[in-house]
Amino acid sequence: MDEATRSLLDALVDDARESTADLARQTGLDEATVEERLTELEASGALRGYTAVVDWDAVDEERVSAIVEVNVELDRETDYDDVARRIAESPAVDSLRLMSGDYDFAVNVSGSSMGDVSGFVSEEVAPLPAVTKTVTHYVMETYKERGVSFTDRDDDDRLSVTP
Amino acid sequence: MNGGDPRDSDARDRGGDDPTGAGRGSVETDGGAASGAEASEGEGSRFSPADRVASVPPSGIREFFEIAENRDDVISLGVGEPDFTAPWAARSAAIESLERGRTSYTANRGMPDLRRAIAERVTRYGQSYDPDSEVLVTTGASEAVDLAFRAFVNPGDTVALPTPTYVSYGPGVRFAGGEPLPVHTRHEDGWALTTEALSEAGVDEADVLVLCYPNNPTGATMDADEMDAVAAFCREHDLLVVADEIYAALTYDGDHQSVATRPGMRERTVVINGFSKAYAMTGLRLGYAMGPEAAIDAMTKVHQYAMLSAPTTAQHAALAAIDRCDDEVEEMRREYDRRRRYVVSRLRELGLPVAEPGGAFYAFPRVADVASDGDARAFATELLEAEGVAAVPGTAFGAGGEGHIRISYATGLDDLKEAMARLERFLS
Ligand SMILES: Cc1ncc(COP(=O)(O)O)c(C=O)c1O
Repeated sequence: MDEATRSLLDALVDDARESTADLARQTGLDEATVEERLTELEASGALRGYTAVVDWDAVDEERVSAIVEVNVELDRETDYDDVARRIAESPAVDSLRLMSGDYDFAVNVSGSSMGDVSGFVSEEVAPLPAVTKTVTHYVMETYKERGVSFTDRDDDDRLSVTP
Repeated sequence: MNGGDPRDSDARDRGGDDPTGAGRGSVETDGGAASGAEASEGEGSRFSPADRVASVPPSGIREFFEIAENRDDVISLGVGEPDFTAPWAARSAAIESLERGRTSYTANRGMPDLRRAIAERVTRYGQSYDPDSEVLVTTGASEAVDLAFRAFVNPGDTVALPTPTYVSYGPGVRFAGGEPLPVHTRHEDGWALTTEALSEAGVDEADVLVLCYPNNPTGATMDADEMDAVAAFCREHDLLVVADEIYAALTYDGDHQSVATRPGMRERTVVINGFSKAYAMTGLRLGYAMGPEAAIDAMTKVHQYAMLSAPTTAQHAALAAIDRCDDEVEEMRREYDRRRRYVVSRLRELGLPVAEPGGAFYAFPRVADVASDGDARAFATELLEAEGVAAVPGTAFGAGGEGHIRISYATGLDDLKEAMARLERFLS
């Protein structure tokens, strides 16, 4: 990947709402080229989406999240991708990853109540034939998500004018 | 941001209850403690500074700082240090060293494994130094700069200083009894130092030349050819060179060029570098000097009496910084680079000419054409008063900075965007 494309991605990871003009200024590309690159990156599947990081505790909205560990046993007809596709179907699933170590899948789930989340596990994950075990961990507090800190950053303690 | 200028905090913090002043007052004057405290500052004070101290004018940075501090809506583009925090690996190494009770002095020259790590690290710039005899760990690059002047400048020696440049060299030369000789670099040359400028200023007769590339305040870097030419001049006129390369890790358009790697230059150059900028470790106060054994011996002689050793906790942090923080440094560099492109584009859109800054985290646009009387100081003051944007007038960095302001992009993009919007309003 060339350096300009890399800084284009850096800029978007930092702030997906960056305007085309500001992306152009930060990358040294002109605006038309920025648009072109973005289209290419989207088409190739490198840029999968532009979404907001929300601290749900700060709004008047019940939100329960959990990380569910899932163990599976594969057979000749079923591989990891098959199981993953099934689990990913549910809108409650925020992210789904295949892991090394003691369990196979880590599923980030959220819903408007604990019932929602446990319902997802008992009705949509546990019944799958390949699934042998699930462990659900409820999230008690979020401090940082996708690089964004939820705790208020300390004030800048630098002096305002220095050599 | 909080109050107090580091260069002056002693005077400010002690204020009126300087115990020395009060004590003297009660003995020598009849005015009691209060007048005694005044006597420590007033005309007849026992503490009239030595001539070489008195000869140094007050800092232009400090003057501007005072105006900026009096407002609370200020977006500061005047900060000469990273807005990032030191990488966690470095901070945790400092904490761990304290937990393990590593609170003694180190060897005068610094911990041997840190010196080895430094020597290994700078091979990426083509530099090769023996960690045992050619590396000295100092309390910030600042100390190394001071040591170099004290070790090699005789009273009356001429020390050539390209201008505009970092604020410490001129005063440092004077404290060592030397005479600064300004060498003007130009916007049109991208602020690179040229042999014409060196000849014109009479540097052929000088004893020492100070180089600071990437440069504070211009962000200028020297390309290979420009550096070759300056090196040839230094050899021809037998100059000793002090190369402050503290921004070496922050270059954006090409590899860092060190004068010390040119033929015949290693033996006449002291290279200074540090952890403040690359690792965002300004408050830990750690730098280093590298040079031939005789140079490092002489500097160590001053250092061992004046400083004993650099802060031990910071040395542990620095070792971890070199060993484990390359990714963070690269991440910070890439973010500076995006801000740099952003700021330079915006300045040009606003009609302010600016030479492409290839390193550090500064841009140095010309404001002479839009300032009243072409005066950078007036421009910066009006910008601060009208729009609450602080940028340091170029004159704070020497006469060569006239007509320009320094814009630091060691500030988040959101603030940079707001600052540029305010600057746009100010200019329209
Ligand atoms: C060019 C230059 N040299 C040296 C220093 C001081 O560095 P240190 O924090 O290592 O003393 C600075 C800091 O602003 C600088 O810009």
